[in-house]
Amino acid sequence: MKKDIVIIGGGPAGLSAAVAAHEQGITDILILERENALGGILNQCIHNGFGLHVFKEELTGPEYAQRYIDKIAELKIAAKLGTMVIDITRDLRVIALNETDGVLDIQAKAVVLAMGCRERPRGALNIPGYRPAGVFSAGTAQKYVNIDGYLPGREIVILGSGDIGLIMARRMTLEGAHVKMVCEILPYSGGLKRNIVQCLDDYGIPLRLSHTVTKIHGRERVEGVTVARVDANLKPIATSEEYVTCDTLMLSVGLIPENELSRKAGVALNPTTQGPLVNSHLETSIPGVFACGNVLHVHDLVDYVSEEAALAGKFAADHVKNKDTFGSGIAVSCGTGVRYTVPTTIIPDFNERTTTIRFRVDNVYHNHFVSVFFGGDRMYHKQKRILTPGEMEQVLLPKQWFANQPDTKTIRVMLEEE
Amino acid sequence: MMHDAIIIGAGVIGANIARELARYQLDIIVLEKNLDVCEGASKANSGIVHSGYDAKPGSLKAKYNIRGNKMMAALCAELAVSFRQNGSLVVAFDAEEAIRLETLLDQGVQNGVEGLRIIDGETARLQEPNLSQNVTAALWAPTGGIVDPFQLTLAAAEVADLNGVAFHFGTAVTAISCTNGVFNVETSKGHYAARIVVNAAGVHADDLNNRLSSHKYQITPRKGEYCLFDKQIGGLVTSTIFQLPSAMGKGVLVTPTAEGNLLIGPNSVFVDDKSDTSTTEAGIRFVIDKAKQSVDNLPMPYVITAFAGLRATEKHEDFVIGEAEDVPGFFNALGIESPGLTAAPAIAQDMAGWIAAKLDAVPKPHYDGRRNRQPSFESLSVEMKQAMFQKDKNYGRIICRCELVTLAEILDCIRRPLGARTVDGVKRRTRAGSGRCQGGFCSPRIIEILARELGKDLREIVKASEKSAYLIGLDKDLL
Amino acid sequence: MRETKNLTCISCPLGCQLEVVVEDGKIVQIANYSCIRGKEYAEKEVLSPKRTITSILPVAGGDVPMVSVKTSEPIPKAKIGDCMRLLKDLKIVAPIEIGDVILANICDTGSDIVATKRVKRL
Repeated sequence: MKKDIVIIGGGPAGLSAAVAAHEQGITDILILERENALGGILNQCIHNGFGLHVFKEELTGPEYAQRYIDKIAELKIAAKLGTMVIDITRDLRVIALNETDGVLDIQAKAVVLAMGCRERPRGALNIPGYRPAGVFSAGTAQKYVNIDGYLPGREIVILGSGDIGLIMARRMTLEGAHVKMVCEILPYSGGLKRNIVQCLDDYGIPLRLSHTVTKIHGRERVEGVTVARVDANLKPIATSEEYVTCDTLMLSVGLIPENELSRKAGVALNPTTQGPLVNSHLETSIPGVFACGNVLHVHDLVDYVSEEAALAGKFAADHVKNKDTFGSGIAVSCGTGVRYTVPTTIIPDFNERTTTIRFRVDNVYHNHFVSVFFGGDRMYHKQKRILTPGEMEQVLLPKQWFANQPDTKTIRVMLEEE
Repeated sequence: MMHDAIIIGAGVIGANIARELARYQLDIIVLEKNLDVCEGASKANSGIVHSGYDAKPGSLKAKYNIRGNKMMAALCAELAVSFRQNGSLVVAFDAEEAIRLETLLDQGVQNGVEGLRIIDGETARLQEPNLSQNVTAALWAPTGGIVDPFQLTLAAAEVADLNGVAFHFGTAVTAISCTNGVFNVETSKGHYAARIVVNAAGVHADDLNNRLSSHKYQITPRKGEYCLFDKQIGGLVTSTIFQLPSAMGKGVLVTPTAEGNLLIGPNSVFVDDKSDTSTTEAGIRFVIDKAKQSVDNLPMPYVITAFAGLRATEKHEDFVIGEAEDVPGFFNALGIESPGLTAAPAIAQDMAGWIAAKLDAVPKPHYDGRRNRQPSFESLSVEMKQAMFQKDKNYGRIICRCELVTLAEILDCIRRPLGARTVDGVKRRTRAGSGRCQGGFCSPRIIEILARELGKDLREIVKASEKSAYLIGLDKDLL
Repeated sequence: MRETKNLTCISCPLGCQLEVVVEDGKIVQIANYSCIRGKEYAEKEVLSPKRTITSILPVAGGDVPMVSVKTSEPIPKAKIGDCMRLLKDLKIVAPIEIGDVILANICDTGSDIVATKRVKRL
């Protein structure tokens, strides 16, 4: 089989990329989705708060997804559901599998990686103790509660205060479970303030900052956990240990871009984001392979995923039309306080009004300036009241800057105190 | 009903004795208190087929280790169990340790281990590039190997089952007595009687023996903790890297597993509780620190799980194999700690031989020792995958994304003899859920499949034991 | 009666710890806000806190067994518990369209329970 664009993943990123590619006139698109429905993880995110940027109204996850699914149907973009991609090669062959076709071997002109991310499991934390039933990652619990209609526990302790953990604290409470506390090893929560207030404070659920779970008790089903305060080096303080009775430990301890396929294809990855290294066209180290959404770097808002993925879809379409190759471009580096940037190289593109750099900071900063340097020249300097690792930041670079400084070799994004 | 023999315990020893006894026209039953085979000491260990330099010359450990090692390749081929003779290295870090390698070599030669050789640090690093720069010398044992302990146990049990041995799970022995040559066994599921009882009860084997025999044994469980790494770095080492053994066992090893992961561990700590398989912060830290001495570049972010197992250490530190002198018909396989996995086929061969002789048993004319098992779908070529799909559409449905396990494989593991009844049972048979996401993706799907296949509600599906259900009710049940 | 209420502003990541003094049901003072959004949030949150509630309900005869739902408008915080209990015994039948009213004017809030997912009839 041959296709102009194969999109791997039919979640928010894949759907938006497909729509955008279609808008560029490329219609021979195939979306491959492993679930039996399009929409990805949005289907289990039944809470509201999506769409404020893209649709200027507040939607739930399934509603947000449906807007794109309807668009896909309207544009007659093909999608194969229940289809798992098992291999991608350097020359853009995609091998997939489903119950109807068996093994699919598709030669693409461009591939968009939109596989999303997965949750860090318990093993990555090495929490000592037993390995009973009742330890769930928050996303798995979310599937039980929001898709299947089953409660995974009565008395819950949540470790990790990322947004999924907070959202699940509220969901479990509303459905009748008792969430005893949310422990966060860091001195601050990575979740949105709104979620801390509306998911925890509203229901009187304590948020224990600088606390972690040091032991899981119970041989068959979880019977309790030991909770301890941690010191400045995040090491548990033995004297602060406290036994908390519960039948469930829910983990919300981070998301990892799901790049097994990218790795197989030989796509170069960024060790910080664990997503592909991309240029400003969201193209990976393999020409014709683009990446967007949570497989590229973990986002906090689906709206930004949709925006980013639309760009990836557009550039994938450009690639199919023009067979452009861009070379290496201008390197973007991380200065003080900046953990990573996407992209890591910029190809000046005078068709685009602006080029977006998305980035995250490495700590909580108050009243710092975000600065962008083109070589030695500071082109952008803007004060922010607060910058936190939990909130993705972005700066838009107008095309004039590239036109005015054609000899720029490096771009640096950093935080400055003044 | 009177059975010819009751085997108590479906670990690697009990299952292999069952397989050997299945060759005869005998009525054999295996009683297992857990819901699956291989739930005790056989489950959580290093999965090493030891070459045999480590055991004290003249001991039963030495004897059965050497014999078991020689049997393993053929047995694993017959049973379709993953086995690889990857060789092992015992590494020394200074001149004093290098001398101890010589002692170990001599001991190995005495035990009859073939091919042992001492090599210098440079040669060892040529063979294992990630070996620490601090390694000055190593003992190379080419007959060392790796095997999947669960598969070895399950395969033996399956063959036993197919040849007429009955397995009763969830059946815990509560009392045992012997009158006029008949053993009466009381269990959580009722009364059993037999002419022969085989004690393959792992860490509980002393309790069982001590109820019948005046010759008392004492097993103190010795815990070993491990960290398992992602398959991505399963190739960090190709052979099994040991440190020098001490009074507390063979020390921390770094090894690839038969299924392609990297494993480090174990430590060695005596515990009071025969069910204490909890991991500890100190234990895991010890294992990591020790493993880092053996190899450079141990990538800690790739740890996918930690676990602990118990060794059934008898106070005389040797295996106890054979009929109890004062209880005719009562056969012990007791104190089976390392190298018990290696020794299992040889122990089983002897035990079954003695029991068959005692019962004047006649071989079955149609015994078939082979086990039919498809290679994992993931390991097949694209063409083979398509061919499998043509035979069964369920090969088109991937259930576990990390290990690429298909619906067809999961259904097969539930439907075949001694099929999986628990989520852990599916995991250990198919590897679904044993990859880097540790079941985050596939466990809800596996619970659904198990419920459908077993005609149960999702709430009744358990992880491993009866009280280990995942789901406690429906949404709003508690409102 | 005079009372002081403390709340965290949710308008941005700053999370200002707002202090609102209420006397006889009226706000007499708001402190510690750093922008107009914070002040507006405090007023609304103290006088009539409202929330959108979401849940799922079992569906008979659909292509999936459950449908996700929400309140069409935010409802008073104090009525959340009653609203959830009312949903407990609801039984609905496919097909369902996004926006279909499952239960009108729940707990007299003026807000309806509406579907947020499409469920096809099998």
